[in-house]
Amino acid sequence: MRVDGEQVEREPSPGQCLRTFLRETGHTEVKKGCDSGDCGACTVLVDGRAVHSCITPAFRAADAEVTTAGGLAPGDGLSGIQQSFVDHFGFQCGFCTPGMTVTATALAPEQRDDLPRQMRGNVCRCTGYRPIEDAIRHCGEDSEGCGGCAVRERAGEGVGASASPPAARRVVQGREPYTFDDVPARLAHLAVVGSLHAHARVTSIDASAALAVDGVLAVLTHEDVPDILFSTARHEHRTDDPDDTRVIDSVMRFVGQRVAVVVAETPAIADRASRLIAVEYEVLPAVLDPEAARSPGAPVLHPDRTAADRVADAPRNVVAATHTEVGDVEEALAASAVTATGTWRTARVTHAQLETHGSVAWVADDGRLTVRTSSQVPFLVRDELARMLGRDAATVRVFTGRVGGGFGGKQEMFTEDIAALAALATGRPVAYEMTRAEEFQRTSVRHPFRVTVRAGADAEGRLTALHVDALSDTGAYGNHAAGVLFHGCSESIAVYRAPAKRLDAEAVYTNTVPSGAFRGYGLGQVIFAIESALDELALQLDLDPFELRRLNAVRPGDGFVVAGAAEDDLVFGSYGLDECLDLARASLASPDDVPAPGGDAWSTGEGMAASMIATIPPRGHQAVASVRLGADGVARVGIGTAEFGNGTVTVHTQIVSDVLGIPRARIEVSHSDTDATRYDTGAFGSTGITVAGKALHGACVELRDALVTAGARLMGVDAGVCSLGPDGLVGPHGRTLSWGDVIAATEPAHRLGDDAWAEAHLDERVRSVAFNVQAFRVAVNRATGEVRILRSVQAADAGFVMNPEQCRGQVEGGVAQGVGSSLYEEVLIAEDGSVANAAFRQYRVPQMADVPRTEVLFASTSDDLGPYGAKSMSESPYNPVAPALANAIRRAVGARPYELPMSRDRVWRLTADS
Amino acid sequence: MDLTAVQTVRQARSRAELALAPGERFLAGGTWLFSEPQPDVTGLVDLAALGWDQVELNEDGDLRIGSMTAIGALESWARDSSLPAAPLVIDCAESLLASFKVRGSATVGGNIARSYAAGSMIALGATLDAVAQIWTASAERTMPVADLPAGNGETTLARGEALRAIVIPASALEARTASRRIALAQHGRAGALLTGRRDGDGGCTFVITAATLTPTVLRYPELPDAAVLERDARDAPGYYTDALGDADWRRQVSAVLLAEVREELA
Repeated sequence: MRVDGEQVEREPSPGQCLRTFLRETGHTEVKKGCDSGDCGACTVLVDGRAVHSCITPAFRAADAEVTTAGGLAPGDGLSGIQQSFVDHFGFQCGFCTPGMTVTATALAPEQRDDLPRQMRGNVCRCTGYRPIEDAIRHCGEDSEGCGGCAVRERAGEGVGASASPPAARRVVQGREPYTFDDVPARLAHLAVVGSLHAHARVTSIDASAALAVDGVLAVLTHEDVPDILFSTARHEHRTDDPDDTRVIDSVMRFVGQRVAVVVAETPAIADRASRLIAVEYEVLPAVLDPEAARSPGAPVLHPDRTAADRVADAPRNVVAATHTEVGDVEEALAASAVTATGTWRTARVTHAQLETHGSVAWVADDGRLTVRTSSQVPFLVRDELARMLGRDAATVRVFTGRVGGGFGGKQEMFTEDIAALAALATGRPVAYEMTRAEEFQRTSVRHPFRVTVRAGADAEGRLTALHVDALSDTGAYGNHAAGVLFHGCSESIAVYRAPAKRLDAEAVYTNTVPSGAFRGYGLGQVIFAIESALDELALQLDLDPFELRRLNAVRPGDGFVVAGAAEDDLVFGSYGLDECLDLARASLASPDDVPAPGGDAWSTGEGMAASMIATIPPRGHQAVASVRLGADGVARVGIGTAEFGNGTVTVHTQIVSDVLGIPRARIEVSHSDTDATRYDTGAFGSTGITVAGKALHGACVELRDALVTAGARLMGVDAGVCSLGPDGLVGPHGRTLSWGDVIAATEPAHRLGDDAWAEAHLDERVRSVAFNVQAFRVAVNRATGEVRILRSVQAADAGFVMNPEQCRGQVEGGVAQGVGSSLYEEVLIAEDGSVANAAFRQYRVPQMADVPRTEVLFASTSDDLGPYGAKSMSESPYNPVAPALANAIRRAVGARPYELPMSRDRVWRLTADS
Repeated sequence: MDLTAVQTVRQARSRAELALAPGERFLAGGTWLFSEPQPDVTGLVDLAALGWDQVELNEDGDLRIGSMTAIGALESWARDSSLPAAPLVIDCAESLLASFKVRGSATVGGNIARSYAAGSMIALGATLDAVAQIWTASAERTMPVADLPAGNGETTLARGEALRAIVIPASALEARTASRRIALAQHGRAGALLTGRRDGDGGCTFVITAATLTPTVLRYPELPDAAVLERDARDAPGYYTDALGDADWRRQVSAVLLAEVREELA
């Protein structure tokens, strides 16, 4: 076999697929997204023909010429299509991108005319596909006509420019290292044995047959792990989550839960041996429904947990609960001119980040336990590992490479614990790379909610009362149960003024796959219900739904009231809701992007929804950022937050360039490594810019001031007439001091070795708010239930937009995930409690054809709190999508959807029943 | 994915070598076999060297499609063909969840033998009266393609039986055809695939696949009334529920879209 022009001498093993063979030979450009031929991340050319290498028998390519993304252009160069992906921001996390560029290379010209159909073998979870489509369409000679792309006009270096991600070239070539693309030698591999039962006590485990297999290094069971309770969820305060989980437990609470793990020389041996472990269970009664779970007589999942473990009411399976009221809701509803009542349900959704969870653990030469992982929160993982292992945190290092997508799913510790224990047990580096099936079976899903809303308004449309009764199914463990419940019921309710409000909310254990953090953190589920109820009020009052929001939304001067005292840490750092409402309404009126289908079966309708989000998670989010500048004019940044497609590293380089005046090519960012800086809470809650970026800005300003002061003193001029430029300090009359001279003159507090240095520590406790307004026009086929999106618009109140093309991508990606939850995606639970559709073939992650183009509009706000006036804009674009779509469907067919996803079968039934 | 239990691969180069040892399994395109764990498969018998990948018209005008023909290769053949029924080949291939990349490797025979309800080469064969030639190491038999599936993912092929080819009679190739498909996502695995054929003598064949566990073949001497076809479609047995659609919806869209197929053939 020749791979990217070089002869490979190795022989594949008999059942090996081409994907793993290529990776074994060092071709880590080939990624694993699904390992079943559905996602396309592993696409390569075999004798010029594109194939999914994961379903290609390796031996069949033995005499072939294989081309990976790394071989599409000679040497370090980019092919035309790769350059186009760079130019059009055709990736976010970038894990799907090598496969995308190879597939696009293989398209015949006529295939390019029908990309949504031809690209159905390639899944991107981040972008929403628009920039990928642009990248392919505008590639090559056609790119001369690409002036319509705003990208190039806005390109540049500093804040406010659409600066290109620093890793862009490597990403499109497949050369940017993700978690398993750079691993230590002598690596051993771990495979998990999962519970067959939804609720059972393990009575015995016989591992003798597995241990007898040649190449098996160890088998670990509940007897081999620390008897310590923790939560897989990671927060700034570990007490935000209940201690209810063991690394390996002797009680199984969901199908697929770890019973045992095998560590072996190869993944294949580990897999084979894992099937030889004999487990005996005492099967216990299981409960799969959250309403049943909190009813008398239900099996109790965690009978021994108490309030001290932060489980609110273990005998009722209730992890977290709140029941509060302000005003008198019953009285207000009775006196209302109109009321709307309904119960809405949302589905389990899988994150489907293309890079599965995984980590590699080893004891490094310095003696420290070292974990390379796919995480949004390396510092929090380090601290919990240290606690679990009874070690000082200084003896543990956790870091990530580029992370192949997160969406909240990696604000958890799902692999690091067991990989670390296995490495310590065997003395070998151990890799635990999850399969796609494991992602469905033993990570987490979006919490399914059942939300009953009762809302009342007076004849003018002013809200009189709002009652929200939310039931969240947290699955077998309480990771993120309380946080998602309270956050979900917070900004969703606080965004509206009503004299009477009541909240009844509980999160409940069931014997199902655990729920966890997911983009929007509960808001999407509750907003679906509230915004649907508000639409119902607008219909009854014959009021414009945009105006109904304007009339009732909080505005500066109002308190943020959920159903009690006003939130004391939220402020209006800026206010863009009114502008977003105007922008979205005006833009929705533009002509359809997709022509409305003809025929009697089709009806059209418009719908909208609004949402609010706090710009930072509550009760503290920390970042420490440092920047050091050498005499070579290179700035080296140390920062803790992770890059998983959110684009923060790009923005961080823009900030440094803006403050220090040096080009981005001379800025190096070391990030998401517990060695890179002292501390960082992590990349969640959309904090990469609002917290980490702000800390970095602080460090840069401090360094700039120190340099300018020193340089001015050296020149003997006033600091006010000096500034920093690419080559050093610029004084009056263009007089320039070299970096070396300025640094040498800088006072000791800002020196580190030969470099100038500054550090800033931020703990953000005051938070602002951001808004999103989504609107759709749809056509619905009443005979088949097909929903076709004719026009999609989102207006976003992002404050100052640091990088327009990246921020647009965050909004588009959020809308795409929202459309996925709204129309397609649902993790199904079988009668025995197992996941019934644990593969992309049965679980419908949106493909290119399933995601509409969305016109993204930004409000012209600037925030008092965020750096440069920026606000967070990663999670929130997801939140208003489902209700906007539901409201459009309601107005098209005259019947209201109450359940997600609004799949074609459900929508047809809705119209057939009405 | 790696098939971790597989210890041996051998090339079948003659009919005698089709005899399977315990744990052995035929390997066609491999696109399904390598897509799921196969803990019980310890050996692969590769059919690629048998030369079963020919698409040829015989002297009677019957089309013989070797079972190892890649679906993509059959599409290429159809694009170049002027036979009236050739467009149905494209429609059926496009109905698959599989991208053009997978269709370049997946085989016609593998799709039929795998017997998924949404296996659209079954729809193609059933609509065009194709007959399967089935070989073992020592015997052979024939059977209509429409009768091969025993359920969604279950085949009537016995262990050791390999699909050698399917043969479409010349008369069916001369027929006009039409098709519709729908899935819960635009290009997701089909929830219903409706195909139809109208022969020169007016006879009509309508086939429901994907929506029913096994192919539903409805035959009429002439174009049926819309109401008759709708009734027959709705009365068909075997509509099923799974992650890709509920039974009541599959029944509904089958009736609605089959009416469109009929309309196109009218």
